[in-house]
Amino acid sequence: MASSGARRLELAVPVLALGAVLLAALILIPMGWLGYVSLGGLQGGLTFGNFAALVRNPDMLWPLLLSLGVAFAVAVVCALVASPLAWLVARTDLPWKRAFRLLVMASFVTPPFLGAVAWEILAARNSGLLNEAYRLVLGLPRSDFLFNVYTVTGLVFVLATYTFPYVFILAANGLERIPAELEEASSILGAPRWRTAARVTLPLALPALLAGTLVAFLQAMNNFGAPAILALPAGLQTITTKIWTLFQFPPQPGLAAAAAVPLLAVTVLLLQAQRRLLGRRGYAVIGGKGARLDVVRLGRWKVPAFAFASLVVTVAVIMPYAALILSAFSRRLTITLEPANFTLRNLLFVFTELSGTGSALRNTLMLGVTTATAGTLLTLVIAYIAARGALPLARWLGFLATAPLAIPSIVLGVGLFFAYTHPPFVLYGTLGILFVAFLTIELPIGYQQFQAAFRGLHAELEEAGRILGAGRLRTLRDIVAPLLWSAVISTWCLVFVAAIRELSAAILLFTADTKVLSVLIYDLNETGEPGAIAVVGLTMLLITFAVIGVAYALPRSWLPLQTNTG
Amino acid sequence: MKTRMAWVGVLAGAIVVASATSVQAGLPAPTPVTDELVKAATAEGKVVFYTSVELVLAENLSKMFQDKYPGISVQVERTGSERVFQRIGQEYAANIHSVDVVNSSDASHFIYWKRNGMLQPFLSPEMAEDYPASSLDPDGAYAPWRLNISAFAYNTTLVKEADAPKSFKDLLDPKWKGNLVKASPSYSGTIMTATYETLTALGWEYFEALAKQDVMQTQSALEPPRKVASGEREVMVDGSEYFVYALIDQGNPLKVVYPAEGVPAITSPAAMLKDAPHPNAAKLFYAFLFSQPVQQVMVDKGGTRSFHKLVKDRPDHVPLAQLKLWPEDANAVEARAEEIKSRYRQLFGG
Repeated sequence: MASSGARRLELAVPVLALGAVLLAALILIPMGWLGYVSLGGLQGGLTFGNFAALVRNPDMLWPLLLSLGVAFAVAVVCALVASPLAWLVARTDLPWKRAFRLLVMASFVTPPFLGAVAWEILAARNSGLLNEAYRLVLGLPRSDFLFNVYTVTGLVFVLATYTFPYVFILAANGLERIPAELEEASSILGAPRWRTAARVTLPLALPALLAGTLVAFLQAMNNFGAPAILALPAGLQTITTKIWTLFQFPPQPGLAAAAAVPLLAVTVLLLQAQRRLLGRRGYAVIGGKGARLDVVRLGRWKVPAFAFASLVVTVAVIMPYAALILSAFSRRLTITLEPANFTLRNLLFVFTELSGTGSALRNTLMLGVTTATAGTLLTLVIAYIAARGALPLARWLGFLATAPLAIPSIVLGVGLFFAYTHPPFVLYGTLGILFVAFLTIELPIGYQQFQAAFRGLHAELEEAGRILGAGRLRTLRDIVAPLLWSAVISTWCLVFVAAIRELSAAILLFTADTKVLSVLIYDLNETGEPGAIAVVGLTMLLITFAVIGVAYALPRSWLPLQTNTG
Repeated sequence: MKTRMAWVGVLAGAIVVASATSVQAGLPAPTPVTDELVKAATAEGKVVFYTSVELVLAENLSKMFQDKYPGISVQVERTGSERVFQRIGQEYAANIHSVDVVNSSDASHFIYWKRNGMLQPFLSPEMAEDYPASSLDPDGAYAPWRLNISAFAYNTTLVKEADAPKSFKDLLDPKWKGNLVKASPSYSGTIMTATYETLTALGWEYFEALAKQDVMQTQSALEPPRKVASGEREVMVDGSEYFVYALIDQGNPLKVVYPAEGVPAITSPAAMLKDAPHPNAAKLFYAFLFSQPVQQVMVDKGGTRSFHKLVKDRPDHVPLAQLKLWPEDANAVEARAEEIKSRYRQLFGG
């Protein structure tokens, strides 16, 4: 018995090792190229000149400071908006909680660049619909306006609108996992409700809240699409748009790679902090989830609470989506609700005339499916190795799998570009390079899903299987995978959704034949084709929601906002 | 016709000078469109066109081509000229040859591509006959597909004709602060060339003063006409004149102004790539692009200006002979492109 188990273990090792090697190659090859390029590898000699230029050149320093400032502001706004919302949805008798969750989910899957396009329609200083309405209602002259999206404030606002779900998800999870017994104990000991909230609930939820805020900070700092659309028209550069311009002709890859290093440093530090915050939590959650949660009755606060939640989702989802729909069916450049302005021309143009649509759709779907499938399999194996220490250096694998988080996608795109335009792996010009890029970028999402799932899954069950003589592979297949079925589905969907909207790396790696929807939208936006952008953007959102809808319809219920997003 | 020839001569001068330095093989013999060519092109089934021309116009032309030659699809890759240049450079560096025919509104790109042996000389009989000889590259490596003009335009519902700016100097009036929009030389070849011509005439001091006017910065030269049409800004400082006409045709309240100091003129050539993946379809499409019906549609529907001798200008176009066009110098643009982009960025971002 023991000897047959050992033999199966031996079989498992090569499979796990293959996963590990693949992972290492995915990350280390582009990272190696990045380091090489930043140290002057393409400039013919080892030099720190790129880093010196970074500090000395105000053209580089200001964008970096702007990025940090914007990210900080976004994180604060996200925390202020998302934590009360998370508490309302997770712990109170707020009406329509499910609808609010779904709408936050919709904001979560909306690519920030599409949100930025929508907010251009809504809040451009003069032609924005909200400003037009404001002037119309109050009878004000043209020079008055309520919002101007082409400002730093506008950029912070739009980024916060599409990053607050990170705080929401983590905070809501944290709040739901607080064992009710602790709060009950506090009540039994005579503490008033507010005191329980302040002394028990908040401290217990705080780590998750802060962790979410850090993620929001990183998302905002490393975003490329929104600043490219909103900051450039105001003559402002963030570090990501700066890196992008350094790749325009004449390319300065060394400087761009060096510019990525501060971003890398900040991100690594913050992720370390996040790990500490979350790592303190020492209880397993699956199984424990049945614990009854104390539902706070809002009483007379119900109406203001409902108004607040409605305002958030209206701003984040309902208004921008409405703006995109209006724009998609609008004949003129000024959007009005007159019937005369209604047209199907944009729709016809995108689907019958625009020659890029068909191949972009095909490429996007193909990449979404392959990335999601490969990403789910790979991260499942990696998370298993890391969680169960199944291979030497297992912890390092876990670190590697989350490493892409620490690199802005645009910089990773650069590394990948160099890595896969040079022998031995020449993938540029094929969908292969985009597949590798998307897979690498989405690794952390998948890994974190499974990491959290494994954290909540007691090893005893697998040990039972092992004791009964099953090898590691069989344990993985027969015990772990079924138990993690919902994590598998949710990971697949999350990776799919994230892959089809990826822009920052795709923009550097695509060629005419390998264009994807996000790049098509970006191209259309630079050209300034508002109706067509809206049509393509809505198409992308429809695909996203269709996939999520199918996942919901599957037998095992899947609610990523409620399950493990460690 | 005589005045027309005169400006063509001025504009083409730059191209001629540019080519004079390289080894001259002379114009290739015109290649007629034969049944064999059509058959070979149809067997290839596809042609890939990288262009900076307005997207809807490009797709219209592609539809015309597919109606004329069923079985050959046209893949249009539209982006700004500077992006076209960057993408081709990036692809060719990786040995990827996906483009058949290219158009850019930065004529200096063609000097670069020709010098690097990337272009396939070609002339259709119609190009040899109906295009002014002075407008063609002496080796037939590229030819002037259209003439762009960068002009001012204003929104007629927001600005009275009397108040509209008449000169570059007028734009520095404080009343325009926050009401102007312009495009970027880092993206648009039209703007790159226009920026060179403007700064040659007025100096960087002009741009430094303009940058204090809180100018909205877009990427494409097609975007300022849209921003003015939608009322987001009142006046465009630079941008594609042809697209203003196209938007006027669609009922948008726009009017073009040609600045008093001089008007930036931008030749937008097209060429066929030597390593075109669909060489026969490329020839067919290239000849098609320069043919009279296509050029006439571009003028009538797109609002462009043509070098073709038999193409009639739009009645609402101010004739070129009445405009004080600034001379082009593609060689100088090539030499100064980097400096212009970097200095421009310091002033306007973008």
